[in-house]
Amino acid sequence: MAVEHAEHALTPTGYIQHHLTFLTKSTGPTPFWTLHVDTLVMGGLVGLLTFGFLYWVVRGVTAGVPTKRQAFVELAVDFVNNQAKSIFHGDLSFIAPLALTVFVWVLFMNAMDFLPVDIMAYLYRHAFGLTNWRSVPTADVNTTFALALTVWLLMIFFSIKVKGVGGFFHEMFCAPFGNNPVLWIFNFLFNLVEYISKPLSHSLRLYGNMYAGEIIFLLLGLWAATGVAGTIFGAILSAGWAIFHILIVALQAFIFMMLTIVYIAMAHESH
Amino acid sequence: MNIGLTMLAQAISFAIFIWFTARFVWPPLMKAVEERQKKIADGLAAADKGQQELVQAQGRAQDVIGGAKLQSQELIANAQKRVDEMIDQAKSAAKLEGERQLLAARANIDQEVQQARESLRGQVAALALAGAEQVLMREVDITKHKEVLDKLGARL
Repeated sequence: MAVEHAEHALTPTGYIQHHLTFLTKSTGPTPFWTLHVDTLVMGGLVGLLTFGFLYWVVRGVTAGVPTKRQAFVELAVDFVNNQAKSIFHGDLSFIAPLALTVFVWVLFMNAMDFLPVDIMAYLYRHAFGLTNWRSVPTADVNTTFALALTVWLLMIFFSIKVKGVGGFFHEMFCAPFGNNPVLWIFNFLFNLVEYISKPLSHSLRLYGNMYAGEIIFLLLGLWAATGVAGTIFGAILSAGWAIFHILIVALQAFIFMMLTIVYIAMAHESH
Repeated sequence: MNIGLTMLAQAISFAIFIWFTARFVWPPLMKAVEERQKKIADGLAAADKGQQELVQAQGRAQDVIGGAKLQSQELIANAQKRVDEMIDQAKSAAKLEGERQLLAARANIDQEVQQARESLRGQVAALALAGAEQVLMREVDITKHKEVLDKLGARL
């Protein structure tokens, strides 16, 4: 732990801050143009591996007796398909693949949290020469917002596609309280809150969980500062937290997928 | 929290992955799964049909066996009747044949008796003639009495 902190003061705050610093690349004058290279690369890498694996399996797919590999992928696909089917009663040809994409991508980006923080930091520094590199793309609010806002845009797109532009605005002003002109403003405010809260809760729930998980790993990593016994104790606690974190990783991916389906299914409903 | 270009970039990644999954991963996989489901459904239906056909075939087999039993019983009864008839016929034929043979034997016997009688008669006649010859030898001249003797011989 001491090695990669040469440039930081060896304080708990310094240690945690160092682990939570993105590798940034500025592409413009304002903070908006700051690119989190690690988030992008890790997200892309995880996506390439995940969807590459899926594509590899799908290329050899057979309707006959499936291989174990195919059976495993079919299990996941069938699981997602059943969830989508149970919530959304319509054409699944877009929603179901969308749900699968969200589920597996988020699941494996979350799973990056299982990589041991300090070993990875050591590796990034000494194998790739990267001083700041965060492994978990979903612990970056940019990723979760990107996902949630994409879903949000799709939600609005489907709402307009199903009800038409007129129907969409009619619903904005006339639901849920009724189409009395007095209620228009309340309806609109209500819908506004709903439209704002949906992507916020959608993205921040995932971000918060993953960020907190990462911080707890870092806090447990601090035990290493107290000596050999502390290191072993911290390692045991980290193992315990990692085991518990499996649940959070899978659960958050599942929740994110379910909310994606629910939001888009709701967009198809007329009031 | 530094929301910016990263978000847009990640959204683009996300869009690409959605497109990729919806275009290349999902359809072939679902097609395979649905095809297999259809195959299994067809297989189950075929199994059901086979089961029904088996039951039907068993019924038919029972019918055939029952019919065959009846028929065989009938055949056996007929055969029994025929055997009885044949035995009766044979019996009566044997009886007739026996009677016929008996008659023929009797006729034979009669004939033989007749023949024996004839030959005996001849022999007796010859014997009587011989006896008479012996007796008459002295008095009868063969030449003189030839006519008488021949008449006698003819009568015997």
